[in-house]
Amino acid sequence: MSAWRRLHVVVWKAPGLLASRRVTEQLTWPRGHLALCQSLSTGRPLRNDFIKDLEAQLAAMRKKAADALPGSSWSPFEINPNLPPERADIVIVGGGVIGWSIAYWLKEKERVPKGVKVIVVEKDPTYSKASTVLSVGGIRQQFSLPENIQLSLASAQFMRNINVHLGVLNEDPVDLQFNHSGYLFLASEDVAHIMEENYKTQSSLGAKVSLLSPAQLKEKFPWVNTDDVALASYGLENEGWFDPWTLLNAFKRKAISMGVIQCFGEVTDFKYTVNVLKSPDGEFLGCRRIKSVKVQMPNSLEYQPVQCAIVVNAAGAFSAKLTEMLGIGSGPKGSISDIPLPVEPRKRFVYVVHCPDGPGLDSPMLIDYSGIYFRREGLGGNYIAGASPVEAEEPDTSNLEVDHQFFEDKVWPSLAHRVPAFENLKVTGAWAGYYDYNTLDQNGIIGVHPLITNMYFATGFSGHGLQHSPAVGRAVAELILDGNFTTLDLQEFGFTRILDKEPMLERNIV
Amino acid sequence: MAALFSSLHRCCQRLALLRVARQLSSSSSVSRPPLHRRLLRFLTQRFYDVEELLEWSVRMKKEGIQKKNAYYGFTEQFYGSDIAAGHFVLNMRGGFRYTGQTDWFRANQRGKFNWDFLTYKDTPLEEVDMSYTVINYRGLDNLVGQQSLKTLSLRGCPEVDDWFLGRLHVFQNCLEELDISHCPQITTGGLAALRNLK
Repeated sequence: MSAWRRLHVVVWKAPGLLASRRVTEQLTWPRGHLALCQSLSTGRPLRNDFIKDLEAQLAAMRKKAADALPGSSWSPFEINPNLPPERADIVIVGGGVIGWSIAYWLKEKERVPKGVKVIVVEKDPTYSKASTVLSVGGIRQQFSLPENIQLSLASAQFMRNINVHLGVLNEDPVDLQFNHSGYLFLASEDVAHIMEENYKTQSSLGAKVSLLSPAQLKEKFPWVNTDDVALASYGLENEGWFDPWTLLNAFKRKAISMGVIQCFGEVTDFKYTVNVLKSPDGEFLGCRRIKSVKVQMPNSLEYQPVQCAIVVNAAGAFSAKLTEMLGIGSGPKGSISDIPLPVEPRKRFVYVVHCPDGPGLDSPMLIDYSGIYFRREGLGGNYIAGASPVEAEEPDTSNLEVDHQFFEDKVWPSLAHRVPAFENLKVTGAWAGYYDYNTLDQNGIIGVHPLITNMYFATGFSGHGLQHSPAVGRAVAELILDGNFTTLDLQEFGFTRILDKEPMLERNIV
Repeated sequence: MAALFSSLHRCCQRLALLRVARQLSSSSSVSRPPLHRRLLRFLTQRFYDVEELLEWSVRMKKEGIQKKNAYYGFTEQFYGSDIAAGHFVLNMRGGFRYTGQTDWFRANQRGKFNWDFLTYKDTPLEEVDMSYTVINYRGLDNLVGQQSLKTLSLRGCPEVDDWFLGRLHVFQNCLEELDISHCPQITTGGLAALRNLK
């Protein structure tokens, strides 16, 4: 009906056009007719549009009037909604598993509801270079330092009850996909005594580890070549590997449900005051106190200075950049401020290999004294293997490119020697990730720097950050909210050893 | 006076109009919605309270299960660890059999059981049937000392997960039969832990 009316209007409105088109009209009758209608319709539908438009315009006028009155939230400047708030109590720099674990524990331990305002600032929303997500995801209690063993035990207990801690109402339960396969360390003759001492420490602290002789090893794991193995240490409980992305997201989801604010941006500057004190040795120490953190939006010049009381440095491999901004590491020679934060990124490669005749479903994470390691991945005969490079041959850290030659030269020969079935395997993939490598002693740094009054560090774990993250988060939250460590005493991980240059090395066989 | 009366009259008219309007706006059949609907409307306007209530109920349920699985320290102190383990099993509505005995001790449907098992002092348990109970990792504290346990049945236990299986290595030298069918929380990661059992 309306189409017919449109046609009538068309005929009346465009006589000139019709005259010229009469010849072609018969040829293109159906399609051409419709096209003409749609382009020149000016009848009833236009009047309908006008009335609808009037209502919308009146509504817009009413909204404008309401905005102009006081009490409305309109402002002439368009504020980027992704900017962090102007003020916060605690700013956590670094949105990896350590950062979010600290955020969760801060909210868990606050005694007053909404007591602390916590912001987690993460540079990269895609987590493309973050150590957490590129990690192999193993947890073990087989360390030599008692603090490390206790951290692992506490973290395993947390993960055992993860749905009690990180369960959110009406959301799916957390499934870490934990494989309880255990870690198997193989020691040669000269390092066997270290393994025995470590076994004693581990057992005394409650870790369930068993020592195996070569014969027992062969009986338990027939696919291992036990030629030059003197002793093996196998973890029976609380050891294995899990999915780091799930753990990160579980922490994040729970922390956000408790009120932590997430912000994507890079910390580019600090505003701080310096209080110069004179030490008994006559040295002038500049004690910095951070007043605000400048957070710059990704791919933009826009920034927001966030006033804060406490800053937590959980930036992982890139933690040293923050201390450089505060002038640590560039002081006069011989003073405390000359010692930089000894954390730097180190690249490590992980290779995915496929071997159908491999060890099978019950293979643990095997770590050989030569430095190579491998573990099963999934149920299809795939394995993940890698090795720690020697100090002198550290790969370049400017990118995350994989060196496949490293596998051919360093990993495969030792792997094939240890597990003969791996002689014929195929490398199906590889990736590289950063360790937040502590150049002093490869153990974490937890605590306050003497020259920065309100910056708490939780970095430098050199590959053990993920497995210790729940316990470290709780420890840092205790430091901040209770003033001291209450459950686990991690004083040894403080800055004293860094400034005295006394490394607290792990006595491992590797 | 006349002005007062006229204003009063206007007031009454307005009240009558309001009442009529309210009746018209609400459902035409009944003047007030039924109690359950009023209650639901009340609850929808209090979101955070309802959320707290639900979280509390979930937490209480979990704490109840943990309490049931608590360590029977008192019983162990007075009667020894074997009887404590037996008491735990009976309280969880499971069943067990002592080494060297043939009859089983079980709790009935209502949770009542015979106290005869107290007479057997220092006899370790040989077979334990914990099917369809709420035993979990914490409850295993009570059974860890039983080094002559031959059969363990965990059929249909909702709280038995991979970590529980990971702890079963304490029975690696004695356990002969293990039944973990119909346990919903077990995944392939936990089956890898079973390699410790011979």
